[in-house]
Amino acid sequence: MIIDHPLLGPRDAAEFVYKGDASLIHRPDGMTATDDEMHDYVYLRDNPAGEHRELWYHEQGDRSWLVVTRNTLTHEISKVELARDVARAEGRGQ
Amino acid sequence: MRYSAWKIFKEGLTGNKGWTPAWREPEPKAEYDIVIVGGGGHGLSTAYYLAKEFGEKNVAVVEKGWLGSGNIGRNTTIIRSNYLLEGNQPFYEFSLKLWEGLEQDFNYNAMVSQRGILNLIHSDPQRDAFVRRGNAMRLSGADAEILGPAEIRKMCPFLDYDNARFPIQGAIWQPRGGTVRHDAVAWGYARGADARGVDIIQNCEVTGFLMENGTCTGVETAKGTIRAKKVAVCVAGSSSRVMEKAGMRLPIESHVLQAFVSEGLKPVIPGVITFGAGHFYVSQSDKGGLVFGGDIDGYNTYAQRGNLPVVEDVCEGGMAIMPMIGRARLLRMWGGVMDMSMDGSPFIDKTHIEGLYFNGGWCYGGFKATPASGYCYAHLLATDRPHDTAQHYRLDRFRRGAPIDEKGQGAQPNLH
Ligand SMILES: Cc1cc2nc3c(=O)[nH]c(=O)nc-3n(C[C@H](O)[C@H](O)[C@H](O)COP(=O)(O)OP(=O)(O)OC[C@H]3O[C@@H](n4cnc5c(N)ncnc54)[C@H](O)[C@@H]3O)c2cc1C
Repeated sequence: MIIDHPLLGPRDAAEFVYKGDASLIHRPDGMTATDDEMHDYVYLRDNPAGEHRELWYHEQGDRSWLVVTRNTLTHEISKVELARDVARAEGRGQ
Repeated sequence: MRYSAWKIFKEGLTGNKGWTPAWREPEPKAEYDIVIVGGGGHGLSTAYYLAKEFGEKNVAVVEKGWLGSGNIGRNTTIIRSNYLLEGNQPFYEFSLKLWEGLEQDFNYNAMVSQRGILNLIHSDPQRDAFVRRGNAMRLSGADAEILGPAEIRKMCPFLDYDNARFPIQGAIWQPRGGTVRHDAVAWGYARGADARGVDIIQNCEVTGFLMENGTCTGVETAKGTIRAKKVAVCVAGSSSRVMEKAGMRLPIESHVLQAFVSEGLKPVIPGVITFGAGHFYVSQSDKGGLVFGGDIDGYNTYAQRGNLPVVEDVCEGGMAIMPMIGRARLLRMWGGVMDMSMDGSPFIDKTHIEGLYFNGGWCYGGFKATPASGYCYAHLLATDRPHDTAQHYRLDRFRRGAPIDEKGQGAQPNLH
């Protein structure tokens, strides 16, 4: 798979480490979250067949985190964003 | 029909006219006591033990494709009971004991071949860890021996003992481990279940669950509605997709694992060998092909094919311990989708929905579990209590802070 990095252009997916569902960006506040909220966040996944937004960390590259939208049935990548942009747009990491 | 040497002899003399199909192809009835969703190894063994050990007569297995189309026909066929943790080891040892009596039990040649499994040691801390594991195995009644390089050399003269990066310092050896012909396992269980009245319905996808007042009372399928007192899901890599139809989210990600087979060679590899400094395992099939594999690809996928970086990684693992493998040509490779759980351990449990049961999360180690998984699932379905050896495989174990994390890697399913 080739990931079209927003800053570096097309890169081999082997340069990245896969970090799972991009909804993990929304970690509940550990001081206020209930046990159930924390459990669901850490352990449960939608695991869809089809379009999946996921985190890829460019470990062998510029160390950026990306949100890649990829189809889990075909491996086709339709969108690549910087995770920080996504997180900010979704109201995290002020 | 009972299979025997005498039967083969007789049929040989009479033109092989007396063989009958190994199982029927029935149309689904309107209602069963128990409907099993998924006709892979685990679904079929569950049906077999339900009928044989627990006297359940009114059971159906509903399978989306054909028998053996899933992981039961895609795995690298290794069986072993070399786990460390209390939640796992007694279960896998129970499974290995069932493998040992399986062919007599279901009267089918599954080519159970206990040629032994050798897990190589490449460093001092690894030896310490393997000694501890060996002790845990022996405490559970399994067999385990720590070997030094001289003993391994006798068995496998072809390994690269003095490799500068990964010298072979020893191994943990389980003589009772080995391989089994995977399709024959599916066929043997199917035949045994069918002979005891289980309806095996192929090419019949389950598309939804019948829910009445919060209770699961059957399944919607490609061949219409089938009612059931109990519905037992057992769909391996499709677990999340199927349970989503009951509104459940699971502690599971689906990942692909690839398998590789070389051209046929003369006998060279005595049993199963695994690399301890990377992920690579190899055995030789009875046809002569080297059967090997390594890591999962590592990203969520439902495509039954992997990518090239893992092919390279697996082959490098092979070259690191047995350079001779570089001379063999690769004949076939394929992938299978597995349900990787958050701690690398499986589930055999009731769900919070009355009448709905779940078996899954087998990761890449579920083939060896096939007999015990079926037996324990059948026990749960028939008695509503978990079997002793499967009592830790609960869906709520993360909530209770009781994961069964053999590798100690936490909630990163692509690392387990
Ligand atoms: C390449 C590879 C190598 C492996 N090597 C080993 C090994 O060496 N040792 C080991 O112990 N394990 C190994 N495994 C793991 C093992 O194969 C699996 O854990 C195990 O087979 C899973 O259980 P199963 O046999 O029931 O799965 P499957 O055979 O996949 O059965 C699940 C069935 O459910 C059906 N299904 C899915 N959705 C539906 C639906 N909606 N309705 C009806 N039916 C449905 C599928 O068609 C399928 O037939 C390996 C796996 C792979 C992919």
